[in-house]
Amino acid sequence: MKYLDEFRDPVAARSLVESIRRSATRTWTVMEVCGGQTHSIIRNGIDQLLEGAVEFIHGPGCPVCVTPLEMIDRALEIAARDNVIFCSFGDMLRVPGSSADLFSVRARGGDVRIVYSPLDATRIAAENPDKEVVFFGVGFETTAPANAMSVLHAQRLGLANFSMLVSHVLVPPAMTAILSSPTNRVEGFLAAGHVCTVMGTAQYGPLVDEFGVPIVVTGFEPLDLLEGVRQVVELLEAGRAELRNAYPRAVTDAGNTVAQKALADVFTVTDRQWRGIGEIPASGWTLSDRYAQFDAERKFGVGDLRVTESAECRSGEVLQGLLKPNECPAFGTTCTPRTPLGATMVSSEGACAAYYQFRRLAASV
Amino acid sequence: MCLGIPGKVTEIWDEAGTRMSTVDFGGTTKTVCLAYLPDMAVGEYTIVHAGFALTRLDEASANETLRMFAELGILEEELGGLSGEELGA
Amino acid sequence: MSEPLPDPTNWVCPLPLRETKRIVLGHGGGGILSEELIENLFLPAFGSAGLPSRDSAVLDPGGGRIALTTDSYVVNPLFFPGGNIGDLAVNGTINDLACSGAQPLGLTAGFILEEGLEIEVLGAVATSMGKAAADAGVGIVTGDTKVVGKGGADGLFINTAGVGVVPDGIDIGPERARPGDHVIVSGSIGEHGVAIMSVREGIDFGTTVTTDSAPLHRLVAAVLSAVPDPAAVHALRDPTRGGLVAATVEIARAARVGVELDEHLVPVPETVASACGFLGLDPLQVANEGKLVAFVDPAHSEAVLAAMRSRPEGADAVLIGRVVEEHPGMVVARTAFGTTRVIERELGEQLPRIC
Repeated sequence: MKYLDEFRDPVAARSLVESIRRSATRTWTVMEVCGGQTHSIIRNGIDQLLEGAVEFIHGPGCPVCVTPLEMIDRALEIAARDNVIFCSFGDMLRVPGSSADLFSVRARGGDVRIVYSPLDATRIAAENPDKEVVFFGVGFETTAPANAMSVLHAQRLGLANFSMLVSHVLVPPAMTAILSSPTNRVEGFLAAGHVCTVMGTAQYGPLVDEFGVPIVVTGFEPLDLLEGVRQVVELLEAGRAELRNAYPRAVTDAGNTVAQKALADVFTVTDRQWRGIGEIPASGWTLSDRYAQFDAERKFGVGDLRVTESAECRSGEVLQGLLKPNECPAFGTTCTPRTPLGATMVSSEGACAAYYQFRRLAASV
Repeated sequence: MCLGIPGKVTEIWDEAGTRMSTVDFGGTTKTVCLAYLPDMAVGEYTIVHAGFALTRLDEASANETLRMFAELGILEEELGGLSGEELGA
Repeated sequence: MSEPLPDPTNWVCPLPLRETKRIVLGHGGGGILSEELIENLFLPAFGSAGLPSRDSAVLDPGGGRIALTTDSYVVNPLFFPGGNIGDLAVNGTINDLACSGAQPLGLTAGFILEEGLEIEVLGAVATSMGKAAADAGVGIVTGDTKVVGKGGADGLFINTAGVGVVPDGIDIGPERARPGDHVIVSGSIGEHGVAIMSVREGIDFGTTVTTDSAPLHRLVAAVLSAVPDPAAVHALRDPTRGGLVAATVEIARAARVGVELDEHLVPVPETVASACGFLGLDPLQVANEGKLVAFVDPAHSEAVLAAMRSRPEGADAVLIGRVVEEHPGMVVARTAFGTTRVIERELGEQLPRIC
């Protein structure tokens, strides 16, 4: 058992597709709120396989895409300073701020480094005591434990030159915001499997009860996605709003309690701007006061910055599932991976980038 | 960026009070922090994200899921949903 | 070659260079230091010790047309699992000739060295080049050396040019691909790119993957003699930077045809797949240095496959797709699930300097 190929078996995929098609009496709209799932759905053509039975609306599941413009501009300001080594996940480098991106800051001489893990950033801090090392802490609940541990690590090692620019976002409040919107079309949800490995499934029960929608915790491989959809459609056809776990090999109801303790210690909940959507209350994490010395925002005093979003960019509507990327007039014309207008075209998990990268013949010819 | 992929723990050691491990992703190995999985053992599988192991993969559960897919296949064939031909139509 | 080649791993600096551990500007000046470098490092490494020096090499092409290619190698780091910038340069240039159906006649080697480069490093690289050239049966017939100031060259840059002869009756070029053609790859993909990335700073991961760098001119010769008419081989390309995607897209665009690839038939070693999965990369976009893609007349693809598989560098050759009239200029991948997606070249380098 290697946990990969087995969950990509085309024969089993065929049975799952047939089962979904057999049970669907109409087209159901289903949303996933996880960039990794969006990427996998489009790359494998899951949406193609289920056309007519399921319409996918790709939710704001790409943390790179929803990082607020002000936060990008703060990052750019800090990264451009002398004596700062700015560390970030690779995806963030090309996300456009008001007038630049981290990549261009690097081209102009800023010390911007791509890291795979925040522990790489603490290591760089330990190795460069005369520099200020800042890590760009974006991500959902899946990434937060890594970021939390690096703060604890920095504290233990007494790294006074390490700080984190925190812009964490949370999935359940985003789902609440979408379901509460008067223009909501989503009838069923695939809950993000890896977020749930950390947080468990408890937060989704109340959403099921309040909004009467089925929510199924789902994985990432093609068979996992199909099984998640199969369960959602089964529930929708039966008119039952329930919470189910279709990824039991990785997700337990309780989640990772050790990680949850660290998260509760290091972070506190805050209101957060979601780029393209607006403010969602209690939808983000920021560093709690006891770790204030590691908060880059406070350390560098990057307070109020004036931000200007591209007028043409409609990533907000894409993120809310109101517009498909290829329905946007700028898609593939003024907005391409080479010249992105917004974050959804930059990040490899963004819906616009996924549509562009894995675009269909029908949309191209 | 948010890649969480399954790998097997092949080695565990302590580094200044933190549990670290080598995880093998089918020929590619990486050093991964086990701080969040204190009772993870060598030979077990985990999902790794941003340098940290987040959860233990349950083999019995995985086999159960695959068995369910196989049963679904048989059911679909009985219902006439599957034809004998290869995929790729 | 007139002398056995020294073992690259055991390279010992011959006497006149012993006092200098590092390259200095004078080594590129054309004077005594330059001559010592050539006589005592390059010529022995290339196996032409003692040959009279000339301003240009003079080669007899025999019949046929001249094929000419050039490449510059700026790979970083200089040494990577399975090879280094030197043998990469030799094999890469031979392969460019091979993909035009040319038999290589000779190579040039132009070096741009950074002041401060350790002589030992240069010696090891030059010896690898000589060995690779000898293994391929192709001479390094002329060269040049320049030295730039510190910071100017990442240690060492190499430019090579290759000259070859295309026999009469051979007409291989991307524009010749046509609907109905079978698309064949000579072996598994993604090894070179993964090998480089594994030693790139900041990414480091453990892997057993080594570069697949190898000369392919004998493979091409075997293929051309296996078909009744060499015109059956329409196009050849070695999928280096940009991988299989770049190679097939370029041919599709040049010939204004569509290409369909069966993704699940493309051979990807598990070690490459896991590294790509870990890094979030598509193996189809990862560089190769010892593989080629062939577009052939379908009536003869079995013969081409058999010819490739008869040689070690083509043992895993397999049919992976076909040329179609639809969607000209575009390459479409069919997944194992029967779904399709258009595959595009990457915007730029995923990482700097992999070849």
